[in-house]
This record gives sequence, structure tokens and C-alpha cells, in this order.
Amino acid sequence: MASRRPKLAVWKFSSCDGCQLSLLACEDELLAIADAVEIAYFLEASRAEVAGPYDISLVEGSITTPQEAERIRRVRAQSRMLITIGACATTGGIQALKNLRPLDDLVRAVYAHPEYIDSLATSTPVLDHVRVDFELHGCPINKYQLLEVLSATLNGRRPNVPTYSQCIECKLSGTVCVMVSQGKACLGPVTQAGCGNLCPTCDRGCFGCFGPVETANTQALSARLKALGMDQRELQHYYRLFTNNAPAFREASETHD
Amino acid sequence: MPDTLLISTEALQGLLDALIAKGYQPVGPRLERGAIVYETLSAASDLPRGYLDEQGGGHYRLSKADPSSPETAGIFRYAVGPQSWKGFLFPSRQSLWRARRTETGFAFEPETDDAPAYAFLGARPCELAAMRIQDRVFQEGPYVDRGYAERRARAFVVAVNCTRAGGTCFCASMGTGPRAEDGFDLCLTELLDADDHAFLVEIGSASGRALMELVRHRTATPEEIERGRRAITDAAEQMGRRMPPDAAAILASNPEHPRWDQVAQRCLSCANCTLVCPTCFCSRVEDTTSLDGVEAARHRQWDSCFTLDFSYIHGGPVRRETAARYRHWITHKLSTWHAQFGTSGCTGCGRCITWCPVGIDITEEVAAIQATERAEPLGDE
Ligand code: SF4
Ligand code: SF4
Ligand code: SF4
Ligand code: SF4
Repeated sequence: MASRRPKLAVWKFSSCDGCQLSLLACEDELLAIADAVEIAYFLEASRAEVAGPYDISLVEGSITTPQEAERIRRVRAQSRMLITIGACATTGGIQALKNLRPLDDLVRAVYAHPEYIDSLATSTPVLDHVRVDFELHGCPINKYQLLEVLSATLNGRRPNVPTYSQCIECKLSGTVCVMVSQGKACLGPVTQAGCGNLCPTCDRGCFGCFGPVETANTQALSARLKALGMDQRELQHYYRLFTNNAPAFREASETHD
Repeated sequence: MPDTLLISTEALQGLLDALIAKGYQPVGPRLERGAIVYETLSAASDLPRGYLDEQGGGHYRLSKADPSSPETAGIFRYAVGPQSWKGFLFPSRQSLWRARRTETGFAFEPETDDAPAYAFLGARPCELAAMRIQDRVFQEGPYVDRGYAERRARAFVVAVNCTRAGGTCFCASMGTGPRAEDGFDLCLTELLDADDHAFLVEIGSASGRALMELVRHRTATPEEIERGRRAITDAAEQMGRRMPPDAAAILASNPEHPRWDQVAQRCLSCANCTLVCPTCFCSRVEDTTSLDGVEAARHRQWDSCFTLDFSYIHGGPVRRETAARYRHWITHKLSTWHAQFGTSGCTGCGRCITWCPVGIDITEEVAAIQATERAEPLGDE
């Protein structure tokens, strides 16, 4: 019996497309991906659409409208494995900042014709709506982690995607700690690894793009950041970046209200 | 050739040339983004000159010495930085083997180790002690880590005695420094004052002696040897921290001490302390496959007992609470390591204090437990 290539679909919800583009950015590996799976639905790459069901669905974006809340259920129903990719899909994304204020106020402040806007009061991760088989974090995701998740899924093994701190990535690559050696603020100790150590290697502290680490002690880090000179407001803004709605960061930002 | 020689600062270049001529790749201190790190040296001028370090809990700064002071010419006047020689002998990431699917199964290809013969220039006494401790772990037990053993056997060690203590050093109380007694091929002591700058060279091995045949030197005078001895004593006296001598027993008898929860409030479980520690040896092993499932590979990378995965067994991690993880790390370093390897796992280098982002201090934690261990049993407070 000729084995059928698994069907892959890529879905977009409220997001910037950056995570889907990570798949296209797999330039050298793209042919191997196309060999290993049938790319059945991926509007960013091709207008061809193959009907479901799909073996693997990659879902980018958060749920911010009633239509999206409906559509994610249909995607789930057609997908054997549903993998969310990126900060929007896994935490609600930067747009989850809207969760902090009444929707009407925001809509009136931003749009000339608020009556055209049909939005939910919150931006939420996909996991709040449907069952998710694997969450891949990052803003954007790391293409090597995406390849690892695909390869693990296709070969029936667990992906090697660490849930430990960004600090471990610094130490593995020999990056000198910017917080200790320069007194710069860094969210690395409470942030999950995955970016390949981007900011500390550019002499900047981590912005928390990969969301909270497995056991984030934000209180201890906040105390340190204060000692390094951050005030309440700066601290609050620091936790309110791309993964602001992840519970550990949301709670940390609320304590600095 | 006598056992203690004197070389000029210019002869450091001769020393490097001799090492290169003998086929070694010299590695030593270099300045990178505000810290002293260990990297390949191509010339003696790569060595940072006139830098002094300032270290404390969660704090590290390098500064240029005042140009009018003799320090401005100093080469080894800073203490250890964030990295250690562990990175060369036990690399942070390593490929162990690769395999390809064949008609009948898998064909395995072990990785070949292409690491050069390193010459470690500037290994401090606490770092020699750390190498001896890792020797016990990796090559003196029943299972030898072949890669480590080969890299270690090939390495040439030029040690440097410490003549100025770093702010978090406590090697004197661990008996590992600031003077190196053995474990080197050559050992330098920097002699530095207003009108003289030179290095004493102690010979520690036959290969060290052979190397010095190639380097311009003369016999050191008793006065010069005495100056070196005094400079090292100064470093010992500068140390502001010490480890209580009975740390092993204190930790062994206090597994339920309330201090564990207190330190867990401050600890980020970020793992920096374990990864900068020159003796921590834990690793995780990961298997990967190619997308088509034709190739597989196994890698090893540093791990830490501060990650949840580390204690994961069927059903979940054993050490869920940060208190349990911190207790595990400090108890392993200072107490259970003795039973396991016949030595402490701590050399007193101070890295875990300096590079802990929140400045948790291993000596202070032991002292705090010691100060209160005779308190009433838990529950009666
Ligand atoms: S730079 Fe940031 S992420 Fe890196 S070790 Fe320091 S605190 Fe951790
Ligand atoms: S003791 Fe410091 S370096 Fe170690 S895990 Fe805790 S916070 Fe990180
Ligand atoms: S436990 Fe700390 S002081 Fe002791 S050897 Fe390790 S890093 Fe150095
Ligand atoms: S302290 Fe932790 S990381 Fe270090 S050797 Fe012991 S178990 Fe391993």
C-alpha cells in the first residue's frame, strides 16, 4: 500500500503573519517539508486549497472576533493534530493589551466608525477555545523549533522544545549576562528559551517573546529590576509586551498597577 | 634547570610561540563585551592589560586601572570571569552519534572528536581544583567519558597564581587557592610594582620543563620568589567570604530547615549558578530525526538540576518546588558530593554568587542555616 503523505494546513487568526512566514523562511528545508507533507492549505504560499480533514494544522493568531471563535472550532474538527504557533496563538499576543480596558472605549478611540467593528472583548489564546496538541511559543517562532516540531510529529516522537529559562541559552552559547555585567534589565530568567539567545547576544535584555518559563518567579525578578532602577510603571510595561496575557506575566504586571 | 624561573613580560609572546610550535592551540583570557572570557589567543597582545574586576552578588564590572598606577600594566589582576575551562573539556553542546536508515536497520556513525590539543593559559588555582574534581567525575570512576579523557590528556596547563582576590572569591576557605600547589605544567606568578613587571615560572611537569627550553628565562632570585609569595598572601587576606568548614554536615542535618523556603522566594530557578559552576557536570541527551525519518542524531548538552525536566520521572518532576531544587543543588555541591566523589563539589571560585542574577550567595545560605540550626525543631517556633 502506497503511504499517503500527511496533509498539512496552515491557518491564520488575529496575527501579523510573521510565524507563518517562519515556515517560508525555512528556505533550505522547504523542499524537504514539501516532500514529507502535502501542503494542503497555506494561503500565504499558494492559492490551491485541498479540502480537509488535515493530519497537521498549524494555527497562527489569537481569537479576537466572534467569527474567529467559530472558525477555530471548525479547524479543530478537521484536524488530527492541532499545533498553535507563536505568541498570539499561545498567549493572545500583543493585541491582548485590549483585555485591560473596556472594549467600547478602545473602539471609540481608534475607529472613525465604531459601528463597523464586531469584536470580542478579549484577545485569547487558541487553547482557551479548543483542545491543542502542542503549543510552540515565540514572537515570532524559531524556524528550527518549527522544523523540530514537524519532524517529531511526522516521526512519532516528542519534540525537543525546552521549557527552561533563556538564561540557559545564554550560558550554552557563552553569552555574557547583560544584567550582571552591565546592569541592564532582562526578562530572561522568567522567560522560556527558544529564540537562540537573540537579544543578549546583541547586548540587550530579553523582552519575553517566548512567554513565561516553566516556573517563573516574577516577584524575585521584579525586586531585582527595581534595584537596578526600574520604577513601577516601567516594570508594568516590561511585563506587558508580546506575551502580556500569559498568566505569569499578566499577574506580574497587575502587581505593579 | 631550576624549578623556579623568571621571565619578562615580553617573554609571554615567546611562551605562546613555544606552545604553538609544540602543536598546542593556546586559549586564554580575552576581553569580550565587558567581561573576561576564555578564547583562542594568537598573540600575547590579545591578553587584556590593565583591567581590574569588581564582583559582588549578581554584579560584575571591569574597569581600566588608573594610568598612573602600576596596575595599568597588570595582565592577570582580575579574578575568574563567567566562563571556565569546563567549556573546552566538557563542551556545552556535543553531537554523540548519527545514524542512517538502511535496508536492514540503522547504520551508526560515532562522532569523531576534532578538538585540538589546548594550552590553557591563565588557569587559576580554583580552576585547577575544578579540573581535578571533574576528572573524578568523568574519568576516574567505573565509566570513563572518552571525549573528556582525551581532551584532558592532550591539554597543557599554564596556571596563574592569584595576586588579587575577586569580590566573591572564597578559595582560601576551600583549600584550593590562591596558590596552585600542583595540577599544572607551568605556573606563573605576576610580579608587579612601580619599577618592575615580570613573571615567576614554576615548573610542574616534564613537558613544562621541555617547553621552557624554548623560552628566554633566567633563574629567579630568593627575593623574587619571596615577592611572589607575599603577593599571593595578599590575595588570601583580601577574601571577604569564607565557607564554614563543616558545611557538609550542616546541610546534611537540615533538610527541613525554614531557610529553604526563604531562599526559594528569591531564587529564579534560572540555572545560571549551575552552568557557571566549573564542577557541575550534568547533561541532557536529545535525539532528533530528519523530516523524512532517514537520519537520526543524538546530542548532549549541559543541563541543570534547576530545570523541571531534570527530575522528571514517570508521573512528573520530583523536585517541583524551587526550595527542593535549591536545596538539591547546594546539598549536592557541598555535602553529598563527598560521598559520591570523595571531595567537595565546590572550589570557592565565587562564580555562582557573581552570576546569579539576584545575587544568592552560597556561603551566606550555609551560614544562615548554621546560625539557626540549633533552634527549636520546626513547628515549635
Ligand atoms: S542576559 Fe538575561 S537571559 Fe542571559 S543570563 Fe543574563 S539574565 Fe539570563
Ligand atoms: S541561585 Fe541564583 S543563579 Fe541559581 S537558580 Fe537561583 S536565581 Fe538562578
Ligand atoms: S559552587 Fe559556586 S563557588 Fe563553588 S565551585 Fe561552583 S560556582 Fe564556584
Ligand atoms: S548541583 Fe545540580 S547541576 Fe550541579 S552537578 Fe549537582 S545535580 Fe548536577
